[in-house]
Amino acid sequence: MSADHILSVDHLSMRFGGIVAVNDLSFGAERRKITALIGPNGAGKTTVFNCITGFYKPTSGSMRLAHDDGRNIQLERLNDFRISKQAKVARTFQNIRLFPGMTALENLMVAQHNALMRASGLTLLGLIGAPSWRVAEKAAIDLARTWLERIGLLDRADDAAGNLPYGDQRRLEIARAMCTEPALLCLDEPAAGLNARESASLSELLLAIRANQGTSILLIEHDMSVVMEISDHVVVMDYGVKIAEGTPQHVRDDPKVIAAYLGADEEEAIAVMESGT
Amino acid sequence: MQTSRAPGVAFIFKKALISALVALVLFSLMIGVRTEAGSDGQLTYWTRFGDLAMMVATVFGGSIVVELLRQWWGPVGTVRVVPPQVTSALSLGARLVAPVLLIFTFLVPVIFYNERYILDLGILVLTYVMLGWGLNVVVGLAGLLDLGYVAFYAVGAYSYALLATNFGLSFWICLPLAGILAAFWGVLLGFPVLRLRGDYLAIVTLAFGEIIRLVLLNWQSVTGGPNGVTGIPRPTMFGIPLSPGDDGLAAMLRIEFSPTHRIVFLFYLILALALLTNWVTIRLRRLPIGRAWEALREDEVACRALGINTTTTKLTAFATGAMFGGLAGAFFATRQGFISPESFTFHESALVLAIVVLGGMGSQLGVALAALAMIGGFELFRGLDQYRMLVFGMAMVLLMIWRPRGLIGHRAPTVFLERNQAISSDLVKEGHG
Repeated sequence: MSADHILSVDHLSMRFGGIVAVNDLSFGAERRKITALIGPNGAGKTTVFNCITGFYKPTSGSMRLAHDDGRNIQLERLNDFRISKQAKVARTFQNIRLFPGMTALENLMVAQHNALMRASGLTLLGLIGAPSWRVAEKAAIDLARTWLERIGLLDRADDAAGNLPYGDQRRLEIARAMCTEPALLCLDEPAAGLNARESASLSELLLAIRANQGTSILLIEHDMSVVMEISDHVVVMDYGVKIAEGTPQHVRDDPKVIAAYLGADEEEAIAVMESGT
Repeated sequence: MQTSRAPGVAFIFKKALISALVALVLFSLMIGVRTEAGSDGQLTYWTRFGDLAMMVATVFGGSIVVELLRQWWGPVGTVRVVPPQVTSALSLGARLVAPVLLIFTFLVPVIFYNERYILDLGILVLTYVMLGWGLNVVVGLAGLLDLGYVAFYAVGAYSYALLATNFGLSFWICLPLAGILAAFWGVLLGFPVLRLRGDYLAIVTLAFGEIIRLVLLNWQSVTGGPNGVTGIPRPTMFGIPLSPGDDGLAAMLRIEFSPTHRIVFLFYLILALALLTNWVTIRLRRLPIGRAWEALREDEVACRALGINTTTTKLTAFATGAMFGGLAGAFFATRQGFISPESFTFHESALVLAIVVLGGMGSQLGVALAALAMIGGFELFRGLDQYRMLVFGMAMVLLMIWRPRGLIGHRAPTVFLERNQAISSDLVKEGHG
């Protein structure tokens, strides 16, 4: 692999009992690029995500994260919150997981937990209201404000996250992940349930994140218009294995990808239907 | 309205009949037949069909009344339009409740100086306010259901009692020690229950509370077993005893000694401790640790994805809550002068939890109001003697129907840019564990 990969997944396998969800998958995500992971339902995309972000422990294989400063981190050796805290991998969820009873601003403040914990001297400095803590808190609010402005939610900063429209919640979740200042941002179907206009603004937001923050992005997506528009590299999965990879144009024309998406069964179904009418 | 009455009558009667039938089945054995052991131990019984008939008739009539009231009120869930003036007046009133209550509390020993009963009741209420605020950290903020909170109260009380009687340490040295020891036990409890959620967590914490009580009961050589610890020293005002002797506070101030001095001192002591609890909790809520507690209550998985160490977050919640419980326990020991395991039964845990739930989980003012209502109200009903529990239970059921999320159900945000607006209780999660 000659390209500059921030994330290299090597021979990743994940079994649940007898079911092989991911089978010997290898791919890379390039630094400061947007990599899309696509495939039909049940292809194992979210399982890959859960392995990368530490929610599952893979059966075998390795996932290496190469930071800008030359640090290499084996993700399979970290678990749980350490993936986000130490390896700087942030994620969003397929079904939005905001803190619904907290305001949009509070959601972004929670995301800065680790930085703020250090600044508050593990709570002690904060409890006595030390000046250094006040400065850090103000900086955190400013960072949150910046992100709220970028996702166009500044005027709803003090509204409960659960009260926001669906599209806004999606964008807020991305902003929340970005507030952890990640090196790699993993988005699980960020465009799901969005209308065409909201999808377009999402694409814009992701391209801006790549351009301004230099964050590498790995995303799972079903909305092909988003994938084709913003991805630099596409990895196609089906039944837990990689069936194709390359540029969006290359993948789109791959007969194996077309077969996986349309499915042999479906072709037969169409044939049956046509003959019937 | 008149037209819709006609089909309603049949419906009301049908409903009342069903209620009466259920009442007949239930009460026929409970009231209709009375059994008792006779003089030689044989079973004697007699029937009370008159009482039974009266009961069933009451249920029948009551059911009709309830149904009529329901029709008169209209369907449940209709939004009543409240004039904006009324709403703003109400919100102003709500904002004034806390300061007014605080000023009144400060003045209680002045107003009721000669009424020992009121002062004692005030101390009791404030103890439960403090316990409620302490448990609120665990249940209200972090969303971890703790049914064994009394264990930390007991640890605090026994810490002070044993340290003071065995080593002669003063109250002011023992107070922080009691807090630290209780926090330590909070962490000890926290470790095994980290993976548990919901009902399972509740059961294990319940068991923990019982274990502590049973240890206190059976470790006779240290705790005195069921006899408890006696002769616990009374607190001094930073070294100056509140006693009639020459070195006492009264003699130093050249005023006549009165036992009320000590009660007033205890009152302000528990008030200070409770306010400390409140201040720390309010402060913690605005710090990253407090936000992490609330985030944990909202969504644990999301917390982990944001790099929050859920283990330490839960443990700090347990430790903080336990510490306040321990401080309250030390106060309890010094106030009573005598403690025994009997004071630390599950009943106490349930009472404190009821205060937190009734007050509105997470709301400081709500918990204070609930403690006042639960402890003060319970005393108010003392005149009703045997019906006290019944009236009290009914009041709680009614309150839970009208305010299912507690007296103050909404949540105040910890930080805001422009508008500090409360968050509706429908959005705030209760936590899973």
